Amino acid sequence: MTQSLLALSDLYVTFSTRRGSVEAVRGVTLSLDEGEMLGLVGESGSGKSVTGFAITRLLDAAGRITAGDIRFRGQDITKLSGGDFRSLHGAAMAMIFQNPRAALNPIRAIGEQIADAISAHKRMPRSEARAQALELLRAVQIRDPEKRLSAYPHELSGGMCQRVMIAMAISCNPALLIADEPTTGLDVTTQKVVMDLLTSIAAERGMATILITHDLGLAARYCRRVVVMEQGRLVEEAQPKILFRAPRHPYTRRLVAASPTASSHIADLVPPDEERGRYVAVRAAPKPPSAPGTPPLLEVQKLAKRFDQGAAAVADFSMMISAGESVGLVGESGSGKSTTSRMICRLIDASEGEIVFEGQSIGHIPARDFHRSPFRKDIQIVFQDPNDSLNPRFTAFDCIAHPLLRLGGMRAGDALRRRVEECAQRVGLEVELLTRFPHQLSGGQKARVGIARAIACRPRLLVLDEPTAALDVSVQAVVLQLLDRLRREDDLAFLFVSHDLNVVRMMCDRTIVLRSGRIVEQGESRAMFDNPQTAYTRELVEAVPHIEAGLAATAT
Amino acid sequence: MTSATLRHAGWILRGNPLTAVAAAGVLLLTLVAIFGPSIVPYDPIVSDVPQALLPPSAAHLAGTDQLGRDVFSRLIVAARLDLAIAVSAVGISFAIGAVIGAVCGYAGGRLDRAVGRFVDVLMAFPLFVLAMAMVAALGNRVENIIIATAIINLPFYIRFARAEVNVRRNLGWVEAARACGDSHISVVLRFLLPNVLPAMAVQISLNLGWAILNAAGLSFIGLGVKPPTPEWGIMVAEGARFISTGKWWLVAFPGLALMLAVLCFNLLGDGVRDILDPRMRT
Repeated sequence: MTQSLLALSDLYVTFSTRRGSVEAVRGVTLSLDEGEMLGLVGESGSGKSVTGFAITRLLDAAGRITAGDIRFRGQDITKLSGGDFRSLHGAAMAMIFQNPRAALNPIRAIGEQIADAISAHKRMPRSEARAQALELLRAVQIRDPEKRLSAYPHELSGGMCQRVMIAMAISCNPALLIADEPTTGLDVTTQKVVMDLLTSIAAERGMATILITHDLGLAARYCRRVVVMEQGRLVEEAQPKILFRAPRHPYTRRLVAASPTASSHIADLVPPDEERGRYVAVRAAPKPPSAPGTPPLLEVQKLAKRFDQGAAAVADFSMMISAGESVGLVGESGSGKSTTSRMICRLIDASEGEIVFEGQSIGHIPARDFHRSPFRKDIQIVFQDPNDSLNPRFTAFDCIAHPLLRLGGMRAGDALRRRVEECAQRVGLEVELLTRFPHQLSGGQKARVGIARAIACRPRLLVLDEPTAALDVSVQAVVLQLLDRLRREDDLAFLFVSHDLNVVRMMCDRTIVLRSGRIVEQGESRAMFDNPQTAYTRELVEAVPHIEAGLAATAT
Repeated sequence: MTSATLRHAGWILRGNPLTAVAAAGVLLLTLVAIFGPSIVPYDPIVSDVPQALLPPSAAHLAGTDQLGRDVFSRLIVAARLDLAIAVSAVGISFAIGAVIGAVCGYAGGRLDRAVGRFVDVLMAFPLFVLAMAMVAALGNRVENIIIATAIINLPFYIRFARAEVNVRRNLGWVEAARACGDSHISVVLRFLLPNVLPAMAVQISLNLGWAILNAAGLSFIGLGVKPPTPEWGIMVAEGARFISTGKWWLVAFPGLALMLAVLCFNLLGDGVRDILDPRMRT
């Protein structure tokens, strides 16, 4: 057997923190052949990024490799001196980071930055480095490369910035490329284009690639081999086909089940336990059909929003939601979905249009005064990132009590305490956690606090603004199930804003597709996604990496 | 202060001994300001001419001045006045500046631009000269020193609070507060201001040192506190006449007191931020 390009054996990485040392990577052994694309999959805290940083020696000062070795072409690179490693870095291995905009220098033209990367490893005249930079921009398929050479990062879209990062990474023809969540934060269609580009460049130049991602579908679509990490350990390694059809390790089984696909149901996302038992019981209860002729809960007519610059962020948006109904709002970044949800939530004013809630017009009440409206408690919102949706100086208890004090007319005391505890129990948050501050809670717990706060006053309409976008898949699965249960228990209506079509398909009866502030298509969720009528919706649907689609692709 | 906060403060101070030294210095200064006048060995005002211009000795730790007053007693008594001027000036500019800045940072738009330009104009003047002009115009009184010092400190607080609030105004928890039934004003006062306090505490600590220096500077050039009131700036000014004759203790000790006070406040700044930031606690 030929020698592999990269081999980690029994690697341990330890971080020293205030509370003693923490082992982030515990005994990882894996190897990578020349030109191979390996998927390194895991949730946050699994040690997947730390493994990548250990290989490229980008661990921060607190992290150390405490045992094991990393062999690159047979040479143990953990023992190399700094200077020797630097010559290896870039020329033999390169890294692509998650947030391309943050990784690029904002005050230097991208052509110069690529030229810098080239001349850091090879001595050459500046003009030659620039010429090579131009070639690289062509290679990563940037339109008008001559013009773009002098562009600054803020003038480019996120996808374009990531292409520039790829150009820099491949500038010295490395044998190994480590891509750490290269497309997280990009829109699905952009994600597909960038990943296709990355794989074709890697194949063309014979580069081995490690794709670090939390997205099983993405790994399945692009990698021949996938390793799954959990809490610093490597739990399973297999071809995607085998891994996803017949996962052996319980953690992999849980992860595969939790990843929403085109055909999954909310009930199947989480393995049987108490929460699921509660869920199934609620789901089984028949929903009384709403009497014919009841007016819709919410009716929106020709809503529009123009900001100062003039261009309309949202135009001609009309929709209806009945009580207990769940409506999805999907679109890519900049499509106006957040603006729309905030107008409906009466946090910002619309420029035109009418919002009618339970037969009463609420669109004319200025957003500035809406906190005094009796409808304030009926329309609540769950925010995208649980990390910044809780006041850092409020405990979980204060967060949930806040709407009860403001809108529920309650006073501090035993009744309030009981009510907050009841809300916490409804969202599955342990009562002991109520005294904690947000930074002492995990992402999933913060999400639960955010949901408990939103449902505390028993609203009729809940606007969910990408409620699970910042969560790990297994946590997302539990939160989605929780939301669906709450909806059924309270006959709550949802306006579910998301970019994740698989999630929307599961959660919503009807879906509206938004592009550049206008409705492109709407209809019953499953039917629409199975048979999209417009080219844009079709493009969206096709760009979503599915585990099944990945299997089909790798099978051929 | 809960026990967790105290434990956290202890941890920060252990990891950063310089902050601990500065904190001890500020504590000492505060104690001296509170209890000093009642424990000093000599009356700081009454002159005792036969004892004039004695060098430091066991009886007069820091020597005596040209009127025979004990320099050490005057130093101790002056701490109260200097600290009081600094604390009230910084307190006023912080209270006003933080609210104006937070409102501007949250509201944006025309109000923000108008206040921003006003602050620019204020900062275009040499601040010490501005303070001099104000004290000269308003009259040589302690209140006027406080007002002048507060006004020249104001721009820093406005800018600081504005910037800190501005980066937070679009965060989820600010919108959440509105969805929970809070008005704009309540969001600014009850949510945003408490969250920018830790960052501003650093500014306050740095500013206290600066305000002491400013008050002393005004007195030194004859504006503000008048003799025979003991005040560090006046003591330096009066002592300056005697340097050429080798009576160094008249200037050296008040100068040293000023330097140490300013140094302690400045060093304390960073430590304060680490202690007050809830995210640093685990």
